[in-house]
Amino acid sequence: MSNAIRATGLVKRYGSVTALDGVDLTVREGSVLGLLGPNGAGKTTVVRILTTLLRPDAGEAEVAGLDVFADPRGVRRRLGLSGQYAAVDEYLTGFENLDMIGRLYHLGRRRARERARELLAQFDLVDAGDRPAKTYSGGMRRRLDLAGALVASPPVLFLDEPTTGLDPRSRTDMWAVIQKLVAGGTTLLLTTQYLEEADVLADDIVVIDHGRVIARGTADQLKAQVGGERLEVTVADAAQLAEVSRLLAPLGVGAPVLDEHRRSMAMPVSGGVELLRGALDRIVDAGVKVDDAGLRRPTLDDVFLTLTGETTEEDVA
Amino acid sequence: MSALDVVVDSAVVAKRNLIKIKRVPDLLVATTLSPIMFVLLFAYVFGGAIDPTGGGAAYREFLIAGIFAQTVVFGAVITGAGLAEDVRKGIIDRFRSLPMAPSAVLTGRTLSDVVNNVLVLIVMSLTGLLVGWRINTSFLEALWGYLLLLIFAYAISWVLAFIGLLVPSPEVVNNASFIVIFPLTFVANTFVPLDTLPGPLRVFAEWNPVSSVTEAARNLFGNPDPDPNAVEPTVWSLAHPELYTLIWAAAVLVVFVPLANMQYRRAASR
Ligand SMILES: Nc1ncnc2c1ncn2[C@@H]1O[C@H](COP(=O)(O)OP(=O)(O)OP(=O)(O)O)[C@@H](O)[C@H]1O
Ligand SMILES: [Mg+2]
Repeated sequence: MSNAIRATGLVKRYGSVTALDGVDLTVREGSVLGLLGPNGAGKTTVVRILTTLLRPDAGEAEVAGLDVFADPRGVRRRLGLSGQYAAVDEYLTGFENLDMIGRLYHLGRRRARERARELLAQFDLVDAGDRPAKTYSGGMRRRLDLAGALVASPPVLFLDEPTTGLDPRSRTDMWAVIQKLVAGGTTLLLTTQYLEEADVLADDIVVIDHGRVIARGTADQLKAQVGGERLEVTVADAAQLAEVSRLLAPLGVGAPVLDEHRRSMAMPVSGGVELLRGALDRIVDAGVKVDDAGLRRPTLDDVFLTLTGETTEEDVA
Repeated sequence: MSALDVVVDSAVVAKRNLIKIKRVPDLLVATTLSPIMFVLLFAYVFGGAIDPTGGGAAYREFLIAGIFAQTVVFGAVITGAGLAEDVRKGIIDRFRSLPMAPSAVLTGRTLSDVVNNVLVLIVMSLTGLLVGWRINTSFLEALWGYLLLLIFAYAISWVLAFIGLLVPSPEVVNNASFIVIFPLTFVANTFVPLDTLPGPLRVFAEWNPVSSVTEAARNLFGNPDPDPNAVEPTVWSLAHPELYTLIWAAAVLVVFVPLANMQYRRAASR
Protein backbone atom coordinates (compact mmCIF):
# COMPACT_ATOMS: atom_id res chain seq x y z
CA MET A 1 0.00 0.00 0.00
CA SER A 2 1.39 3.43 -0.84
CA ASN A 3 1.78 6.42 1.41
CA ALA A 4 -0.58 9.36 1.14
CA ILE A 5 1.64 11.51 3.34
CA ARG A 6 5.37 11.27 3.65
CA ALA A 7 7.61 13.70 5.50
CA THR A 8 11.33 13.33 6.05
CA GLY A 9 13.62 15.31 8.28
CA LEU A 10 11.35 18.32 8.81
CA VAL A 11 13.15 21.10 10.62
CA LYS A 12 11.65 24.46 11.49
CA ARG A 13 13.25 27.14 13.62
CA TYR A 14 11.80 30.39 14.89
CA GLY A 15 14.81 32.36 15.97
CA SER A 16 16.28 30.42 18.85
CA VAL A 17 13.18 28.20 19.20
CA THR A 18 13.45 24.92 17.33
CA ALA A 19 9.82 24.07 16.67
CA LEU A 20 10.66 20.92 14.68
CA ASP A 21 13.93 19.09 15.01
CA GLY A 22 13.89 16.46 12.27
CA VAL A 23 10.43 14.93 12.15
CA ASP A 24 9.81 11.88 9.93
CA LEU A 25 6.39 10.43 9.41
CA THR A 26 4.37 8.48 6.90
CA VAL A 27 0.66 7.88 6.63
CA ARG A 28 -0.56 4.93 4.57
CA GLU A 29 -3.30 5.63 2.09
CA GLY A 30 -6.68 5.26 3.77
CA SER A 31 -5.27 5.13 7.29
CA VAL A 32 -5.39 7.50 10.23
CA LEU A 33 -2.30 8.85 11.89
CA GLY A 34 -2.66 10.42 15.30
CA LEU A 35 0.01 13.03 15.95
CA LEU A 36 0.12 13.27 19.69
CA GLY A 37 1.97 15.80 21.78
CA PRO A 38 1.67 18.33 24.58
CA ASN A 39 1.35 22.10 24.05
CA GLY A 40 4.18 23.47 21.99
CA ALA A 41 5.32 20.03 20.82
CA GLY A 42 5.22 21.10 17.18
CA LYS A 43 1.96 19.51 16.01
CA THR A 44 0.56 22.60 14.33
CA THR A 45 3.91 23.31 12.73
CA VAL A 46 3.88 19.85 11.10
CA VAL A 47 0.33 20.41 9.85
CA ARG A 48 1.16 23.88 8.50
CA ILE A 49 4.15 22.56 6.60
CA LEU A 50 2.26 19.64 5.09
CA THR A 51 -0.65 21.87 4.06
CA THR A 52 1.65 24.31 2.17
CA LEU A 53 1.17 27.14 4.67
CA LEU A 54 4.72 27.14 5.96
CA ARG A 55 8.10 26.34 4.48
CA PRO A 56 10.42 24.29 6.67
CA ASP A 57 14.11 25.11 7.03
CA ALA A 58 14.95 21.57 5.98
CA GLY A 59 13.20 18.39 4.99
CA GLU A 60 11.03 16.92 2.30
CA ALA A 61 7.32 16.34 2.15
CA GLU A 62 4.90 14.63 -0.18
CA VAL A 63 1.13 14.67 -0.01
CA ALA A 64 -1.02 12.57 -2.34
CA GLY A 65 2.08 11.76 -4.36
CA LEU A 66 2.97 15.40 -5.00
CA ASP A 67 5.94 17.35 -3.69
CA VAL A 68 4.51 19.89 -1.23
CA PHE A 69 7.10 22.57 -2.04
CA ALA A 70 7.38 22.04 -5.80
CA ASP A 71 3.65 21.82 -6.50
CA PRO A 72 1.78 23.54 -3.67
CA ARG A 73 -1.26 24.25 -5.81
CA GLY A 74 -1.58 20.63 -6.86
CA VAL A 75 -1.31 19.61 -3.23
CA ARG A 76 -3.95 22.16 -2.20
CA ARG A 77 -6.36 20.64 -4.69
CA ARG A 78 -6.02 17.29 -2.95
CA LEU A 79 -6.12 18.25 0.70
CA GLY A 80 -8.65 19.49 3.18
CA LEU A 81 -7.56 21.37 6.29
CA SER A 82 -9.36 22.16 9.47
CA GLY A 83 -6.97 24.23 11.53
CA GLN A 84 -6.59 24.42 15.27
CA TYR A 85 -8.96 27.37 15.54
CA ALA A 86 -12.19 27.08 13.60
CA ALA A 87 -11.70 29.31 10.56
CA VAL A 88 -15.34 30.19 10.21
CA ASP A 89 -16.45 33.55 8.87
CA GLU A 90 -18.83 34.71 11.56
CA TYR A 91 -20.72 37.18 9.43
CA LEU A 92 -21.55 34.63 6.77
CA THR A 93 -24.17 31.97 7.25
CA GLY A 94 -23.10 28.34 7.39
CA PHE A 95 -24.29 27.94 3.83
CA GLU A 96 -22.40 31.00 2.61
CA ASN A 97 -19.21 29.81 4.27
CA LEU A 98 -19.34 26.47 2.49
CA ASP A 99 -20.53 27.94 -0.79
CA MET A 100 -17.61 30.36 -0.79
CA ILE A 101 -15.11 27.56 -0.19
CA GLY A 102 -16.67 25.53 -2.98
CA ARG A 103 -16.31 28.46 -5.36
CA LEU A 104 -12.69 28.88 -4.37
CA TYR A 105 -12.07 25.18 -5.08
CA HIS A 106 -13.54 26.05 -8.50
CA LEU A 107 -16.40 23.60 -8.24
CA GLY A 108 -18.57 26.01 -10.20
CA ARG A 109 -21.53 27.96 -8.95
CA ARG A 110 -24.12 25.19 -9.10
CA ARG A 111 -21.97 22.40 -7.74
CA ALA A 112 -20.68 24.64 -4.92
CA ARG A 113 -24.25 25.30 -3.77
CA GLU A 114 -25.25 21.67 -3.97
CA ARG A 115 -22.19 20.61 -2.06
CA ALA A 116 -22.83 23.24 0.64
CA ARG A 117 -26.36 21.87 1.18
CA GLU A 118 -25.07 18.28 1.23
CA LEU A 119 -22.50 19.11 3.87
CA LEU A 120 -24.94 21.06 6.02
CA ALA A 121 -27.14 17.98 6.04
CA GLN A 122 -24.24 15.66 6.75
CA PHE A 123 -23.10 17.77 9.68
CA ASP A 124 -26.50 18.31 11.17
CA LEU A 125 -26.50 22.02 10.42
CA VAL A 126 -29.51 22.24 8.14
CA ASP A 127 -31.59 24.28 10.59
CA ALA A 128 -28.73 26.62 11.35
CA GLY A 129 -27.49 26.75 7.76
CA ASP A 130 -29.04 30.11 6.94
CA ARG A 131 -28.09 31.83 10.18
CA PRO A 132 -24.85 33.80 10.50
CA ALA A 133 -22.15 31.60 12.03
CA LYS A 134 -21.81 34.21 14.77
CA THR A 135 -24.82 32.57 16.41
CA TYR A 136 -23.29 29.07 16.38
CA SER A 137 -22.08 27.19 19.43
CA GLY A 138 -18.45 26.05 19.64
CA GLY A 139 -19.41 22.56 18.54
CA MET A 140 -21.38 23.86 15.56
CA ARG A 141 -18.47 26.04 14.48
CA ARG A 142 -16.14 23.10 14.68
CA ARG A 143 -18.48 21.03 12.56
CA LEU A 144 -18.84 23.83 10.04
CA ASP A 145 -15.06 24.18 9.89
CA LEU A 146 -14.67 20.45 9.33
CA ALA A 147 -17.36 20.61 6.66
CA GLY A 148 -15.29 23.34 5.01
CA ALA A 149 -12.33 20.98 4.85
CA LEU A 150 -14.50 18.41 3.05
CA VAL A 151 -16.01 20.63 0.39
CA ALA A 152 -13.85 19.23 -2.41
CA SER A 153 -14.02 15.66 -1.04
CA PRO A 154 -10.25 15.66 -0.71
CA PRO A 155 -8.40 12.32 -0.51
CA VAL A 156 -6.14 13.62 2.26
CA LEU A 157 -7.43 15.38 5.32
CA PHE A 158 -5.61 17.29 8.06
CA LEU A 159 -7.41 18.01 11.31
CA ASP A 160 -5.52 20.03 13.90
CA GLU A 161 -7.04 19.34 17.33
CA PRO A 162 -10.57 18.89 15.99
CA THR A 163 -12.17 18.40 19.40
CA THR A 164 -10.28 20.86 21.58
CA GLY A 165 -12.76 23.00 23.47
CA LEU A 166 -15.73 20.72 22.85
CA ASP A 167 -17.82 19.25 25.64
CA PRO A 168 -17.70 15.45 26.04
CA ARG A 169 -20.93 14.96 24.15
CA SER A 170 -19.85 17.07 21.15
CA ARG A 171 -16.51 15.33 21.24
CA THR A 172 -18.01 11.86 20.84
CA ASP A 173 -20.29 13.24 18.12
CA MET A 174 -17.22 14.57 16.33
CA TRP A 175 -15.51 11.22 16.68
CA ALA A 176 -18.46 9.51 15.04
CA VAL A 177 -18.29 11.97 12.14
CA ILE A 178 -14.58 11.39 11.70
CA GLN A 179 -14.94 7.62 11.87
CA LYS A 180 -17.53 7.72 9.14
CA LEU A 181 -15.24 9.78 6.95
CA VAL A 182 -12.36 7.46 7.43
CA ALA A 183 -14.55 4.46 6.66
CA GLY A 184 -15.06 6.12 3.27
CA GLY A 185 -11.33 5.78 2.54
CA THR A 186 -10.03 9.26 3.38
CA THR A 187 -6.46 9.43 4.62
CA LEU A 188 -6.33 11.42 7.82
CA LEU A 189 -3.64 13.11 9.83
CA LEU A 190 -5.08 14.16 13.12
CA THR A 191 -3.35 16.03 15.90
CA THR A 192 -4.54 15.81 19.43
CA GLN A 193 -3.59 16.28 23.03
CA TYR A 194 -6.18 13.73 24.06
CA LEU A 195 -4.74 10.31 24.30
CA GLU A 196 -8.12 8.71 24.35
CA GLU A 197 -8.90 10.41 21.07
CA ALA A 198 -5.84 8.97 19.37
CA ASP A 199 -6.71 5.58 20.86
CA VAL A 200 -10.24 5.70 19.44
CA LEU A 201 -9.50 7.20 16.03
CA ALA A 202 -5.94 6.46 14.97
CA ASP A 203 -4.47 3.37 13.33
CA ASP A 204 -0.97 4.58 14.07
CA ILE A 205 0.31 7.07 16.53
CA VAL A 206 3.35 9.31 16.44
CA VAL A 207 4.21 10.99 19.72
CA ILE A 208 6.18 14.21 19.45
CA ASP A 209 7.63 16.44 22.08
CA HIS A 210 9.97 19.39 21.73
CA GLY A 211 9.84 18.97 17.95
CA ARG A 212 11.09 15.38 17.99
CA VAL A 213 9.40 12.05 17.50
CA ILE A 214 9.71 10.22 20.80
CA ALA A 215 7.63 7.16 19.99
CA ARG A 216 5.60 5.61 17.23
CA GLY A 217 3.44 2.56 16.69
CA THR A 218 -0.11 1.39 17.15
CA ALA A 219 -1.90 2.22 20.37
CA ASP A 220 -1.37 -1.35 21.56
CA GLN A 221 2.33 -1.31 20.72
CA LEU A 222 2.77 1.91 22.64
CA LYS A 223 0.93 0.53 25.61
CA ALA A 224 3.03 -2.63 25.54
CA GLN A 225 6.10 -0.43 25.62
CA VAL A 226 5.01 0.86 29.00
CA GLY A 227 4.05 -2.53 30.38
CA GLY A 228 1.24 -5.04 30.54
CA GLU A 229 -1.63 -5.39 32.95
CA ARG A 230 -1.53 -4.46 36.60
CA LEU A 231 -3.53 -5.77 39.49
CA GLU A 232 -4.71 -3.04 41.82
CA VAL A 233 -6.25 -3.67 45.22
CA THR A 234 -7.49 -1.07 47.70
CA VAL A 235 -8.11 -2.30 51.25
CA ALA A 236 -10.44 -0.84 53.84
CA ASP A 237 -7.83 -0.76 56.58
CA ALA A 238 -4.30 0.35 55.75
CA ALA A 239 -2.94 -1.90 58.49
CA GLN A 240 -3.83 -4.92 56.36
CA LEU A 241 -1.96 -3.71 53.31
CA ALA A 242 1.22 -5.60 54.15
CA GLU A 243 -0.70 -8.83 54.60
CA VAL A 244 -2.48 -8.47 51.26
CA SER A 245 0.80 -7.79 49.59
CA ARG A 246 2.30 -10.96 51.14
CA LEU A 247 -0.72 -13.00 50.05
CA LEU A 248 -0.71 -11.79 46.47
CA ALA A 249 2.99 -11.44 45.74
CA PRO A 250 3.30 -15.03 44.42
CA LEU A 251 0.74 -14.22 41.68
CA GLY A 252 2.66 -11.28 40.23
CA VAL A 253 5.27 -11.10 37.48
CA GLY A 254 6.89 -8.23 39.36
CA ALA A 255 7.08 -6.89 42.88
CA PRO A 256 4.01 -5.25 44.46
CA VAL A 257 4.15 -1.52 45.04
CA LEU A 258 2.32 -0.24 48.12
CA ASP A 259 0.71 3.12 48.59
CA GLU A 260 -0.12 3.50 52.31
CA HIS A 261 -1.81 6.80 51.78
CA ARG A 262 -4.33 5.47 49.30
CA ARG A 263 -4.44 2.08 51.08
CA SER A 264 -3.70 0.45 47.76
CA MET A 265 -1.35 -2.03 46.20
CA ALA A 266 -0.40 -2.36 42.54
CA MET A 267 1.51 -5.18 40.92
CA PRO A 268 2.35 -6.18 37.35
CA VAL A 269 0.56 -9.42 36.44
CA SER A 270 -0.36 -11.56 33.49
CA GLY A 271 -3.27 -13.95 33.38
CA GLY A 272 -6.32 -11.75 33.00
CA VAL A 273 -9.63 -12.50 34.68
CA GLU A 274 -8.58 -15.95 35.95
CA LEU A 275 -5.79 -14.33 37.87
CA LEU A 276 -8.09 -11.68 39.24
CA ARG A 277 -10.45 -14.35 40.54
CA GLY A 278 -7.59 -16.24 42.18
CA ALA A 279 -6.39 -13.06 43.83
CA LEU A 280 -9.85 -12.21 45.16
CA ASP A 281 -10.24 -15.78 46.55
CA ARG A 282 -7.04 -15.42 48.50
CA ILE A 283 -8.07 -12.07 49.93
CA VAL A 284 -11.54 -13.23 50.92
CA ASP A 285 -10.20 -16.45 52.45
CA ALA A 286 -7.87 -14.37 54.60
CA GLY A 287 -10.85 -12.30 55.77
CA VAL A 288 -9.43 -8.99 54.55
CA LYS A 289 -11.97 -6.32 53.68
CA VAL A 290 -11.35 -4.73 50.25
CA ASP A 291 -12.83 -1.51 48.91
CA ASP A 292 -11.80 -2.07 45.34
CA ALA A 293 -9.92 -4.57 43.25
CA GLY A 294 -9.32 -4.78 39.53
CA LEU A 295 -7.09 -5.26 36.57
CA ARG A 296 -5.84 -2.13 34.94
CA ARG A 297 -4.41 -1.97 31.44
CA PRO A 298 -2.10 0.95 30.80
CA THR A 299 -3.82 3.80 29.04
CA LEU A 300 -2.19 6.08 26.58
CA ASP A 301 -2.01 8.50 29.46
CA ASP A 302 0.47 6.22 31.11
CA VAL A 303 2.34 5.93 27.83
CA PHE A 304 2.40 9.63 27.42
CA LEU A 305 3.54 10.38 30.93
CA THR A 306 6.23 7.74 30.78
CA LEU A 307 7.51 8.94 27.43
CA THR A 308 7.37 12.68 27.97
CA GLY A 309 8.45 12.24 31.58
CA GLU A 310 11.59 10.57 30.32
CA THR A 311 12.40 13.35 27.93
CA THR A 312 12.02 15.98 30.61
CA GLU A 313 14.44 14.05 32.80
CA GLU A 314 16.92 13.93 29.95
CA ASP A 315 16.59 17.67 29.57
CA VAL A 316 17.35 18.21 33.21
CA ALA A 317 20.35 15.87 33.17
CA MET B 1 -3.47 29.68 -13.22
CA SER B 2 -5.69 31.54 -15.59
CA ALA B 3 -6.52 35.22 -15.47
CA LEU B 4 -10.15 34.17 -15.26
CA ASP B 5 -9.45 32.36 -11.99
CA VAL B 6 -8.07 35.56 -10.53
CA VAL B 7 -11.15 37.52 -11.56
CA VAL B 8 -13.65 34.92 -10.36
CA ASP B 9 -11.83 34.26 -7.07
CA SER B 10 -11.52 38.00 -6.39
CA ALA B 11 -15.22 38.40 -6.97
CA VAL B 12 -15.99 35.55 -4.58
CA VAL B 13 -13.82 37.12 -1.88
CA ALA B 14 -15.27 40.59 -2.53
CA LYS B 15 -18.78 39.18 -2.22
CA ARG B 16 -17.87 37.74 1.15
CA ASN B 17 -16.72 41.14 2.41
CA LEU B 18 -19.78 42.88 1.01
CA ILE B 19 -22.05 40.44 2.84
CA LYS B 20 -20.33 41.61 5.99
CA ILE B 21 -21.11 45.26 5.18
CA LYS B 22 -24.73 44.30 4.61
CA ARG B 23 -24.99 42.21 7.75
CA VAL B 24 -23.16 44.59 10.06
CA PRO B 25 -24.58 47.98 9.11
CA ASP B 26 -22.97 49.37 12.26
CA LEU B 27 -19.76 49.32 10.30
CA LEU B 28 -21.05 51.80 7.74
CA VAL B 29 -22.56 53.88 10.54
CA ALA B 30 -19.24 53.81 12.40
CA THR B 31 -17.26 54.95 9.36
CA THR B 32 -19.65 57.79 8.60
CA LEU B 33 -20.51 58.88 12.10
CA SER B 34 -17.25 60.61 12.89
CA PRO B 35 -17.05 62.47 9.55
CA ILE B 36 -20.61 63.65 10.06
CA MET B 37 -19.54 64.90 13.48
CA PHE B 38 -16.60 66.64 11.83
CA VAL B 39 -18.90 68.33 9.35
CA LEU B 40 -21.09 69.67 12.13
CA LEU B 41 -18.16 70.59 14.35
CA PHE B 42 -16.16 72.41 11.71
CA ALA B 43 -19.11 73.93 9.90
CA TYR B 44 -20.87 75.31 12.94
CA VAL B 45 -18.33 75.50 15.77
CA PHE B 46 -15.01 76.43 14.16
CA GLY B 47 -16.42 77.62 10.84
CA GLY B 48 -17.17 81.12 12.03
CA ALA B 49 -13.58 81.58 13.18
CA ILE B 50 -12.11 80.12 10.00
CA ASP B 51 -14.33 81.76 7.41
CA PRO B 52 -13.16 85.35 6.81
CA THR B 53 -16.40 86.31 5.09
CA GLY B 54 -18.40 85.32 8.14
CA GLY B 55 -21.68 83.45 8.05
CA GLY B 56 -19.95 80.17 7.24
CA ALA B 57 -21.92 79.21 4.13
CA ALA B 58 -18.89 79.54 1.87
CA TYR B 59 -16.76 77.66 4.37
CA ARG B 60 -19.22 74.78 4.49
CA GLU B 61 -18.93 74.40 0.72
CA PHE B 62 -15.18 74.47 1.00
CA LEU B 63 -15.12 71.98 3.86
CA ILE B 64 -17.00 69.07 2.31
CA ALA B 65 -14.37 67.91 -0.20
CA GLY B 66 -11.83 67.86 2.63
CA ILE B 67 -14.16 65.73 4.69
CA PHE B 68 -14.59 63.36 1.73
CA ALA B 69 -10.83 62.92 1.47
CA GLN B 70 -10.44 62.37 5.18
CA THR B 71 -13.30 59.89 5.29
CA VAL B 72 -12.01 57.65 2.52
CA VAL B 73 -8.55 57.62 4.10
CA PHE B 74 -10.03 56.66 7.47
CA GLY B 75 -12.08 54.04 5.67
CA ALA B 76 -8.94 52.33 4.44
CA VAL B 77 -8.17 51.41 8.02
CA ILE B 78 -11.08 49.00 7.74
CA THR B 79 -9.12 47.13 5.09
CA GLY B 80 -6.18 46.75 7.41
CA ALA B 81 -8.14 45.90 10.52
CA GLY B 82 -10.34 43.48 8.59
CA LEU B 83 -7.36 41.62 7.19
CA ALA B 84 -5.67 41.51 10.58
CA GLU B 85 -8.84 39.96 11.96
CA ASP B 86 -8.91 37.41 9.15
CA VAL B 87 -5.32 36.48 9.90
CA ARG B 88 -6.03 36.13 13.59
CA LYS B 89 -9.11 34.00 13.10
CA GLY B 90 -7.30 31.62 10.76
CA ILE B 91 -9.44 32.62 7.79
CA ILE B 92 -6.34 33.60 5.85
CA ASP B 93 -4.89 30.15 6.62
CA ARG B 94 -8.01 28.59 5.21
CA PHE B 95 -7.75 30.72 2.04
CA ARG B 96 -4.10 29.88 1.70
CA SER B 97 -4.82 26.17 1.90
CA LEU B 98 -7.27 26.40 -1.03
CA PRO B 99 -6.25 26.04 -4.68
CA MET B 100 -7.44 29.59 -5.38
CA ALA B 101 -5.51 32.45 -6.96
CA PRO B 102 -3.37 33.76 -4.07
CA SER B 103 -3.70 37.37 -5.19
CA ALA B 104 -7.51 37.15 -5.10
CA VAL B 105 -7.82 37.59 -1.34
CA LEU B 106 -6.25 41.05 -1.42
CA THR B 107 -7.77 42.08 -4.72
CA GLY B 108 -11.19 41.01 -3.47
CA ARG B 109 -10.72 42.82 -0.20
CA THR B 110 -9.57 46.10 -1.74
CA LEU B 111 -12.35 45.95 -4.35
CA SER B 112 -15.04 45.47 -1.74
CA ASP B 113 -13.61 48.47 0.07
CA VAL B 114 -14.17 50.54 -3.05
CA VAL B 115 -17.84 49.61 -2.81
CA ASN B 116 -17.79 50.53 0.85
CA ASN B 117 -16.25 53.88 -0.05
CA VAL B 118 -18.94 54.53 -2.64
CA LEU B 119 -21.57 54.01 0.05
CA VAL B 120 -19.66 56.23 2.46
CA LEU B 121 -19.34 58.98 -0.17
CA ILE B 122 -23.07 58.82 -0.83
CA VAL B 123 -23.88 59.24 2.86
CA MET B 124 -21.36 62.08 3.18
CA SER B 125 -22.64 63.83 0.05
CA LEU B 126 -26.17 63.77 1.48
CA THR B 127 -24.83 65.21 4.72
CA GLY B 128 -23.05 67.88 2.67
CA LEU B 129 -26.21 68.76 0.79
CA LEU B 130 -28.02 69.18 4.09
CA VAL B 131 -25.52 71.75 5.36
CA GLY B 132 -25.57 73.70 2.11
CA TRP B 133 -22.82 72.10 0.03
CA ARG B 134 -23.51 72.12 -3.70
CA ILE B 135 -21.84 70.82 -6.83
CA ASN B 136 -21.44 73.86 -9.06
CA THR B 137 -19.99 72.10 -12.11
CA SER B 138 -21.02 69.64 -14.77
CA PHE B 139 -22.02 66.06 -14.05
CA LEU B 140 -18.87 64.69 -15.72
CA GLU B 141 -16.57 66.94 -13.74
CA ALA B 142 -18.25 65.92 -10.51
CA LEU B 143 -18.02 62.25 -11.48
CA TRP B 144 -14.32 62.64 -12.15
CA GLY B 145 -13.96 64.26 -8.75
CA TYR B 146 -15.57 61.29 -7.03
CA LEU B 147 -13.51 58.90 -9.12
CA LEU B 148 -10.28 60.58 -8.09
CA LEU B 149 -11.27 60.24 -4.45
CA LEU B 150 -11.96 56.54 -5.00
CA ILE B 151 -8.67 55.95 -6.83
CA PHE B 152 -6.81 57.68 -4.05
CA ALA B 153 -8.63 55.62 -1.42
CA TYR B 154 -7.90 52.43 -3.35
CA ALA B 155 -4.17 53.13 -3.20
CA ILE B 156 -4.33 53.80 0.55
CA SER B 157 -6.24 50.53 0.99
CA TRP B 158 -3.20 48.63 -0.27
CA VAL B 159 -0.94 50.38 2.23
CA LEU B 160 -3.28 49.35 5.02
CA ALA B 161 -3.61 45.84 3.57
CA PHE B 162 0.14 45.47 3.96
CA ILE B 163 0.04 46.82 7.51
CA GLY B 164 -2.92 44.60 8.41
CA LEU B 165 -1.02 41.49 7.34
CA LEU B 166 2.15 42.63 9.02
CA VAL B 167 0.55 43.37 12.39
CA PRO B 168 -1.97 40.63 12.98
CA SER B 169 -4.07 42.43 15.56
CA PRO B 170 -6.99 44.62 14.51
CA GLU B 171 -6.59 46.85 17.56
CA VAL B 172 -2.93 47.54 16.87
CA VAL B 173 -3.71 48.26 13.22
CA ASN B 174 -6.37 50.73 14.29
CA ASN B 175 -4.18 52.54 16.76
CA ALA B 176 -1.01 52.50 14.69
CA SER B 177 -2.77 53.76 11.57
CA PHE B 178 -4.24 56.75 13.27
CA ILE B 179 -0.80 57.90 14.33
CA VAL B 180 -0.06 58.26 10.61
CA ILE B 181 -3.50 59.12 9.35
CA PHE B 182 -4.29 61.96 11.72
CA PRO B 183 -1.37 64.19 10.71
CA LEU B 184 -1.86 63.16 7.08
CA THR B 185 -5.47 64.28 7.03
CA PHE B 186 -5.17 67.30 9.32
CA VAL B 187 -1.89 68.81 8.13
CA ALA B 188 -3.49 69.47 4.79
CA ASN B 189 -6.00 71.78 3.19
CA THR B 190 -8.87 69.57 4.36
CA PHE B 191 -10.23 71.99 6.94
CA VAL B 192 -8.39 75.25 6.42
CA PRO B 193 -6.89 77.01 3.42
CA LEU B 194 -3.15 76.33 3.27
CA ASP B 195 -2.06 79.95 3.48
CA THR B 196 -3.04 79.88 7.14
CA LEU B 197 -0.33 77.30 7.95
CA PRO B 198 3.18 78.23 9.19
CA GLY B 199 6.39 77.45 7.17
CA PRO B 200 7.45 73.79 7.42
CA LEU B 201 3.92 72.53 8.10
CA ARG B 202 2.80 74.37 5.03
CA VAL B 203 5.40 72.68 2.83
CA PHE B 204 4.35 69.29 4.18
CA ALA B 205 0.71 70.13 3.57
CA GLU B 206 1.38 71.37 0.05
CA TRP B 207 2.98 68.09 -0.99
CA ASN B 208 0.63 65.96 1.07
CA PRO B 209 -1.45 63.90 -1.39
CA VAL B 210 -4.47 64.40 0.84
CA SER B 211 -4.21 68.09 -0.04
CA SER B 212 -3.92 67.40 -3.74
CA VAL B 213 -6.90 65.06 -3.87
CA THR B 214 -8.91 67.56 -1.82
CA GLU B 215 -7.85 70.41 -4.09
CA ALA B 216 -8.73 68.37 -7.16
CA ALA B 217 -12.14 67.46 -5.77
CA ARG B 218 -12.86 71.09 -4.83
CA ASN B 219 -11.98 72.24 -8.31
CA LEU B 220 -14.08 69.52 -9.89
CA PHE B 221 -17.08 70.21 -7.64
CA GLY B 222 -16.66 73.97 -8.02
CA ASN B 223 -16.14 74.70 -4.31
CA PRO B 224 -13.69 77.60 -4.09
CA ASP B 225 -11.64 78.95 -1.20
CA PRO B 226 -14.03 80.96 1.01
CA ASP B 227 -11.57 83.87 1.08
CA PRO B 228 -12.45 85.97 -2.00
CA ASN B 229 -8.91 87.41 -1.98
CA ALA B 230 -7.21 83.98 -1.99
CA VAL B 231 -4.63 83.44 -4.72
CA GLU B 232 -4.43 80.27 -6.77
CA PRO B 233 -1.77 77.90 -5.37
CA THR B 234 1.49 78.03 -7.26
CA VAL B 235 3.24 74.94 -5.89
CA TRP B 236 3.30 72.25 -8.60
CA SER B 237 1.44 69.61 -6.60
CA LEU B 238 -1.54 71.90 -6.09
CA ALA B 239 -1.38 73.60 -9.45
CA HIS B 240 -1.76 70.15 -11.01
CA PRO B 241 -3.70 68.37 -8.28
CA GLU B 242 -5.30 65.72 -10.50
CA LEU B 243 -2.04 64.65 -12.08
CA TYR B 244 -0.18 64.74 -8.79
CA THR B 245 -2.85 62.60 -7.12
CA LEU B 246 -2.74 60.06 -9.94
CA ILE B 247 1.07 59.86 -9.89
CA TRP B 248 1.01 59.43 -6.17
CA ALA B 249 -1.64 56.70 -6.29
CA ALA B 250 0.27 54.87 -9.02
CA ALA B 251 3.49 55.02 -7.03
CA VAL B 252 1.79 53.67 -3.92
CA LEU B 253 0.25 50.82 -5.89
CA VAL B 254 3.54 49.91 -7.54
CA VAL B 255 5.20 49.61 -4.15
CA PHE B 256 2.44 48.22 -1.95
CA VAL B 257 0.65 45.73 -4.20
CA PRO B 258 3.75 43.48 -4.38
CA LEU B 259 4.64 44.12 -0.73
CA ALA B 260 1.16 43.21 0.48
CA ASN B 261 1.06 40.10 -1.71
CA MET B 262 4.44 39.02 -0.39
CA GLN B 263 3.25 39.49 3.17
CA TYR B 264 0.08 37.54 2.39
CA ARG B 265 2.12 34.51 1.41
CA ARG B 266 3.90 34.53 4.74
CA ALA B 267 0.99 35.52 6.92
CA ALA B 268 0.49 33.15 9.81
CA SER B 269 -2.33 32.98 12.28
CA ARG B 270 0.07 33.93 15.05
N1 LIG C 1 5.20 32.00 14.32
C1 LIG C 1 5.94 31.55 15.35
N2 LIG C 1 6.92 32.31 15.87
C2 LIG C 1 7.68 31.86 16.88
N3 LIG C 1 7.56 30.67 17.45
C3 LIG C 1 6.60 29.86 17.00
C4 LIG C 1 5.74 30.25 15.92
N4 LIG C 1 4.90 29.23 15.67
C5 LIG C 1 5.21 28.26 16.55
N5 LIG C 1 6.24 28.62 17.33
C6 LIG C 1 6.86 27.80 18.41
O1 LIG C 1 7.12 26.52 17.89
C7 LIG C 1 6.82 25.52 18.84
C8 LIG C 1 5.83 24.53 18.28
O2 LIG C 1 4.61 25.17 18.09
P1 LIG C 1 3.31 24.44 17.55
O3 LIG C 1 2.27 25.48 17.38
O4 LIG C 1 3.65 23.63 16.36
O5 LIG C 1 2.94 23.50 18.77
P2 LIG C 1 1.64 22.60 18.99
O6 LIG C 1 2.12 21.22 19.24
O7 LIG C 1 0.69 22.80 17.88
O8 LIG C 1 1.08 23.20 20.34
P3 LIG C 1 -0.45 23.40 20.82
O9 LIG C 1 -0.88 22.09 21.38
O10 LIG C 1 -0.33 24.43 21.89
O11 LIG C 1 -1.25 23.84 19.66
C9 LIG C 1 6.34 26.25 20.08
O12 LIG C 1 7.43 26.37 20.96
C10 LIG C 1 5.91 27.59 19.56
O13 LIG C 1 6.08 28.57 20.54
MG1 LIG D 1 -1.20 23.50 17.76
